[in-house]
Amino acid sequence: MNSESAARRADWPALWSKLGSVLGLAFVVALFAVLRPRTFLTADNFQIMLLQTAVVGTAALGMTMIIISGGIDLSIGSNIALCTVVIALLLQQHVPPALAALGGIATGATCGALIGLLITRLNLTPFIVTLGMWGALRGAAKGLANETMVAAPSTWLNDLLQSLRPQNRWMIFPPGVWLMLILTLFVGALLRYTRFGRHVFAIGSNEQTARLCGIPVSRTKLLIYLVGLAFAGIAGVLQFSYLTVGDPTTANGLELAVIAAVVIGGASLNGGEGSVFGSLMGALIMTVVANGCTKMNLSNWLQEIVTGAIIITAAVLDRLRHRTPR
Amino acid sequence: MAAELLRMDGVRKRFGATLALDGVDLTVGAGEVLALVGENGAGKSTLMKVLSGAHQPDEGMMWLDGEPYAPTHPMEARRAGVAMIYQELSLARHLTVMENISLGMEPVCGPFVKRAEVRRRAVAALAQLGRSDIDPETPVHRLSLAEQQLVEIARAITVGARVVVLDEPTSSLARNDIERLFELVRRLKAQGLGIIYISHFLEEVRELSDRFTVLRDGRSVGSGNTDKTPNEQIIALMVGRDVKDLYPRSTRIPGEAVLELSDLAGPIKPTQASLMLHRGEVFGIAGLIGAGRTELLRAIFGLDPVRSGTIRLKLHIGPASPAQQWARGLGMVSEDRKMEGLALSLSVADNLTLSSLPAVVRPSAQAGATGDWISRLGIRCRGPHQKVGELSGGNQQKVAMARLLHHGVDVLLLDEPTRGIDVGSKAQIYQLIDELACAGKAVLIVSSYLPELLGVCDRIAVMCKGRLHPARPVFEITEHDIMLEATATKEAA
Repeated sequence: MNSESAARRADWPALWSKLGSVLGLAFVVALFAVLRPRTFLTADNFQIMLLQTAVVGTAALGMTMIIISGGIDLSIGSNIALCTVVIALLLQQHVPPALAALGGIATGATCGALIGLLITRLNLTPFIVTLGMWGALRGAAKGLANETMVAAPSTWLNDLLQSLRPQNRWMIFPPGVWLMLILTLFVGALLRYTRFGRHVFAIGSNEQTARLCGIPVSRTKLLIYLVGLAFAGIAGVLQFSYLTVGDPTTANGLELAVIAAVVIGGASLNGGEGSVFGSLMGALIMTVVANGCTKMNLSNWLQEIVTGAIIITAAVLDRLRHRTPR
Repeated sequence: MAAELLRMDGVRKRFGATLALDGVDLTVGAGEVLALVGENGAGKSTLMKVLSGAHQPDEGMMWLDGEPYAPTHPMEARRAGVAMIYQELSLARHLTVMENISLGMEPVCGPFVKRAEVRRRAVAALAQLGRSDIDPETPVHRLSLAEQQLVEIARAITVGARVVVLDEPTSSLARNDIERLFELVRRLKAQGLGIIYISHFLEEVRELSDRFTVLRDGRSVGSGNTDKTPNEQIIALMVGRDVKDLYPRSTRIPGEAVLELSDLAGPIKPTQASLMLHRGEVFGIAGLIGAGRTELLRAIFGLDPVRSGTIRLKLHIGPASPAQQWARGLGMVSEDRKMEGLALSLSVADNLTLSSLPAVVRPSAQAGATGDWISRLGIRCRGPHQKVGELSGGNQQKVAMARLLHHGVDVLLLDEPTRGIDVGSKAQIYQLIDELACAGKAVLIVSSYLPELLGVCDRIAVMCKGRLHPARPVFEITEHDIMLEATATKEAA
């Protein structure tokens, strides 16, 4: 009896960590729905918001894995830019679009492997390594692109993130949005139902414990960055689809939006906690706020302040949730 | 007794459901050393926090020099004249000795620190402690641990401390540093300060203290003059029950040898370790902190490199990675369950099954298996999904042990398996060790608490300065022998 009531009381934090981000999203949607019912609350606007979320949402999947493992990646924006350039260059060489997209993803994965190797072999902190890569990859993208946009022939890749044409309405969402949703399920399952996924949590929660339990920590970390930045590669494909050209200066500062999405979604920058579902919600919250503010004709600077306030609020709520009942 | 300086009367402190302090009475006089003894988990650290103002008592009164004393903040306690010297020193490592001594109460002239005054204070404090040889301009990180401790004490007396509380100050000191510390404590005593000396080494208590107070399960269960009380009586007060009940010992029959070390050496420690561990045997390793016992276990388990010598585990020879050792049926419980043993932010289930996850994890199966261990070991938690960090120390330790049992290991390396846990959980862990040995498992246990080793082990070997001495059956050895062996070569060296 006593323990039962204790269990019910104690499930609140757990429930909050699962549903907090959903409630947050519901709150901002409801807020703008009330404030701007006619322009905000339309099917088209929702489709646009999903389209706007796809790049950050997909990149956030990889970032979630990395942050859960106790790491960070500051190079994701540069990585995405490099990927768009690589894809555009491959398309210029008449490589089939699917292969060009794979080339972009492989670029991301290769950068991830390099980051993972630097972190595990040289025993450097992820912050420093990826700060270096943030600059280096941006430079590489500019070098490859000769410091200009890289035009590319039009292919079906460009349709991934365009609003649906009337004859394709049966798809409900554009393919790029579907891709993000399916990948979210995939990474969610990977983290929850595989040994690799549990090891990601263990390494982030306590690396020493992971070692004690015989987990191959270095190999797992390498894999985390490789897979994590492969998702940056996929985000690069989506960004290319959005831009229809390779742009070495695109996605500048995107890494911070991605990190913010993951943190709003309930992940801890200390590692050991987080969920891809939450990160997706976090990414959506940021899009909804930006979109809603635009519909309210709020100036850009005000939007930026609101977004910043949301990130800090999320961190404060997280702090309250973690406060031990002592 | 000299004039009464500090008095605690019926102090109680509750955290949620646990009563951390359940009626503590103690007094310290000016120029007196009071030894506060008790097992880990007896409430010593909570008591310190109440004294230092970090926690406020729920009930009870404290007096300092006859005035009511109820600090609400550590700074208030310091100003009132009560200083704490914790095991983990709280110095700013990059600052100099004199900067540390005045830290937080720098003499200023406008925005500027009066350096001459800072220096004068440091010189005076060091002189008072008889260590004028320490240069006040030295950065603290260049000093030895013992000297850093001294700087901390110098800071305390500079604030005008009248009562100094030392929390197990010798735990990380070498023998001759311990002697110097004792001298220092006697010096403070002669200057009329009241000293509360927390320790569970009875030798130290005997050497240093005038009176003692025993704390058990948050209660002060007895006190008296150290001279007039035999060790046995103090131990009985600390343990609170007959020693025989605490350490169950079935008749065990040792089987084949499963773990054999010959001349094992690591990069620094151990320097030389040989032993033979059999099935159905509990083998204890005693020794001082820093003797290399933990390093030995880590080398066996593959967490630290091996420089030379061989490890034979069943049919496998040679050093191996932790993953390989797990696969061969060897598991280890770390001495530090918060930093290494457990992932505190993960659930009981995740922690318990971490070493033996299948490639595809079924959360329901994971929770089911965990549920079995929770009921078999009596782990008190809300269920498999509760975070390990929310459990009490004793229950955390049971989770760490259960990981080995769930993995189905044959050889268990236990490093300080009962450190910092309550007496009830201790008894359960001793019971479990006995059952495991009876079931033909081999247990290698490192502990700094000698009565425990003597209680649970079949054979004990002493480690000293990295060298493991030959093992002896437990009935041929006494606490005194072990202490002698553990310290003897240290003095010779």
